[in-house]
Amino acid sequence: MNTVARAVTGFRDWVDARFPLTQLWNDHLARYYAPKNFNFWYFFGSLALFVLVIQIVTGIWLTMNYKPAADSAFASVEYIMRDVEWGWWFRYMHSTGASAFFIVVYLHMYRALLYGSYKEPRELLWIIGMFIYLTLMGEAFFGYLLPWGQMSYWGAQVIISLFGALPWIGDDLALLIRGDFVVSDVTLNRFFSFHVIALPLLLCGLVWAHLLALHEVGSNNPDGVEIKERKGADGVPLDGIPFHPYYTVKDIVGVVVFLIIFCAVVFFAPEMGGYFLEHANFVPADPLKTPEHIAPVWYFTPFYAILRAVPNQLGGVIAMGAATLMFFLLPWLDRSAVKSIRYRGWKFKLALALFTVAFLTLGWLGMQPPTPLYTVIARVGSVVYFLFFLAMPYYTANDSDRPVPDRVRWP
Amino acid sequence: MSKQGFDQGRRRFLTTAATIVGGAGAVATAVPFVSTLTPSARARAIGAPVEIDIGAIQPGELQRFKWQGKPVWILRRNEEQLGTLPELDAEVRDPGSNEAQQPEYARNEHRSIRPEYLILVGLCTHLGCSPTYVPRDEAGPYGLTEWKGGFFCPCHGSRFDLAGRVYKDVPAPRNLLVPPHQYLSEDRVLVGIDDTGATS
Amino acid sequence: MMRAAAALLMLLLQTAALAKGNGHLMHYEADLSNRESLLRGAQLFVNYCLSCHSAAYMRYNRLGRDLEIPEDVLKSNLMFGTDKTGETMTVAMKPQDAEQWFGVGPPDLSVTARARGASWLYTYFLTFYRDPARPTGVNNLIFKDVAMPHVLWELQGWQRPVFGEQKAPDGTVTRAITGLELESPGLLNDAGYRRAVADLVNFLVYLGEPIKLTRHRIGAWVLVYLLGLLIIVYLLKREFWKDVH
Repeated sequence: MNTVARAVTGFRDWVDARFPLTQLWNDHLARYYAPKNFNFWYFFGSLALFVLVIQIVTGIWLTMNYKPAADSAFASVEYIMRDVEWGWWFRYMHSTGASAFFIVVYLHMYRALLYGSYKEPRELLWIIGMFIYLTLMGEAFFGYLLPWGQMSYWGAQVIISLFGALPWIGDDLALLIRGDFVVSDVTLNRFFSFHVIALPLLLCGLVWAHLLALHEVGSNNPDGVEIKERKGADGVPLDGIPFHPYYTVKDIVGVVVFLIIFCAVVFFAPEMGGYFLEHANFVPADPLKTPEHIAPVWYFTPFYAILRAVPNQLGGVIAMGAATLMFFLLPWLDRSAVKSIRYRGWKFKLALALFTVAFLTLGWLGMQPPTPLYTVIARVGSVVYFLFFLAMPYYTANDSDRPVPDRVRWP
Repeated sequence: MSKQGFDQGRRRFLTTAATIVGGAGAVATAVPFVSTLTPSARARAIGAPVEIDIGAIQPGELQRFKWQGKPVWILRRNEEQLGTLPELDAEVRDPGSNEAQQPEYARNEHRSIRPEYLILVGLCTHLGCSPTYVPRDEAGPYGLTEWKGGFFCPCHGSRFDLAGRVYKDVPAPRNLLVPPHQYLSEDRVLVGIDDTGATS
Repeated sequence: MMRAAAALLMLLLQTAALAKGNGHLMHYEADLSNRESLLRGAQLFVNYCLSCHSAAYMRYNRLGRDLEIPEDVLKSNLMFGTDKTGETMTVAMKPQDAEQWFGVGPPDLSVTARARGASWLYTYFLTFYRDPARPTGVNNLIFKDVAMPHVLWELQGWQRPVFGEQKAPDGTVTRAITGLELESPGLLNDAGYRRAVADLVNFLVYLGEPIKLTRHRIGAWVLVYLLGLLIIVYLLKREFWKDVH
């Protein structure tokens, strides 16, 4: 036993002399001090990483049997579903994973809103995170074309047309994205390329930068207290605990709970009533016939509802783009000295509550066929959505914030 | 934070239990990842036994067919060609077909059910190239001397006789493979499954 | 306030119903565990559907394995176009011919049940009715101006529409089909035909995703395992977190 242990230590020292292995372990796990008061909302960062791994691994296996060509893509998906051993499992893991990714990322972002995690000194961390979110939207959009069903086809058609609505360059831009006059085999082939290599690479790079930025400034926490400002004699933050083993064992619990919900969907309801896998996508793409009711997948619907709420084509596209870009400005729109909602005044709480309702309502409306009543509701929702951001400098500047304690609340 | 007073044994037990149970889950997850790499239902369907009409093959002629995507040769040997086989017993590595390179019913002098028809998987037992059929009087371009007819592998020069038996001084280690097969009628042969139901 | 909310809800439900298309959907829940029904459905499928529609992603041997059909029975009762059990359920009719005869090519039925749903299919098979205005002489309540003739007519017989007055939400009254009645009976009575349709729909749902029952079985084990693992990792977490004061 002793010899084995010595051999392992010896090997580690040999590597350490050539590569910062132990240093990396310590910097990011064993001696990365995280606030001890993380709550439920703090599971979603590690879960997002976990889902990323699921998507990449199942994606690699799906790519082994998928064919990115207009005349064989749909058939190759059914081939995966029927002829390939366990192919159905990979497909459902990947399709459910796509939706799970957005659920986890939305909750992760909402955590930042609740506890002011975008505020100084975490502006860059937040902005890198937003780039991850945008890349993820692109990744989902490109991937959604690949099954080459009716929703894939017409969804791509509609989204590409959004770019076509831009003045002067629009038509040429749409042509450039499609590489053809309509969404075609060429489009499918390049979307496949973006989906399986370009964006995943970018995504991994951004996630790495996101983690580096996080470990540079340290994690925020539900109290919004900077734990680095109160250190013990040993230089360790008084309210900090090593990420490993404390948060590794805790995050594993989070992963298992997540897996229970995730597997319940994968094995028992992979279509999720048409929200994760849309019914019309089981009909092969037909460039001559649009499905009766076309809506994007649920994770895009809030923005889609904003698009439809604006009665002008270009205006709608701009509003939709602005709706995503608003998040980038958050660190500078928020004038409050307080990070966490626990010590914020009623104005911010009310604004966030209204924003939450507006976002969910818009998400639901985006799935419904437009009616006059819905359009009115969508317009109200859109106004609330934008006011949350644009009025933020005013309502946060003189809010009835409460004093923040020196130390985190524990237990 | 302090490390005093915790139950070392309990902690070690739970860590071990989590590692073992979690590890078992990881191993189980590996099952789909590996088994999905096996031939799909489509590959199996394509690899199903094939029925071949041999009625049109002339004496001395070799025809190629596909089974499991592999070349299958059917050579209709004439009397003269069959006559060469006993003469070569000393020059081939496994004259009695002792190695399991053929089903039991093809373990004979002519390595076939009917002496006339030789049925082989046309892949060299060395590294899997497909050898060329070289009748006796076409040996010239291949530089083969005292050639009685047989198969010559262009990749590494392995030679086989007209029963697919490998010569002694070549890189290929074994005789060419005889696939499981059965005759459905005088003119029809089913390759891929024999009358005992064996498929390999 | 409550009344406004109720009115809003009603409006939402109405638009949701409208989005699903005209005609009332009869609710039907497919039963994949009933092997006898699936076998009868398979027989109906190859006899009535497979002559025009393909199921190009489904292999005969898969069908035989899943429904426990011996190979000789499979070959003699269910396979007409081929004798290779590894082949898929293709159709002899050329797509060009079909388009000429029916105006549209009959779609492949492999995943139709996933696109349409069991209830839609059930309703579809039950609501063919005579309509002299159509080239095929029939129309369908849920699939207006359908190109397909009523293939199951010899089982069901012929139905004719019953017209009545229908009141739209805005108060206008129009003449519309309010029901169907049997004009001439077929080989089966109403209950028998409904059972046949149920069998066929069960089979089509199976055809849409043959792995479904297996998936449920594996899923149950996966969840049992994960719940067990959860207990262990939770105890582990609690044990380590005793350090944190």
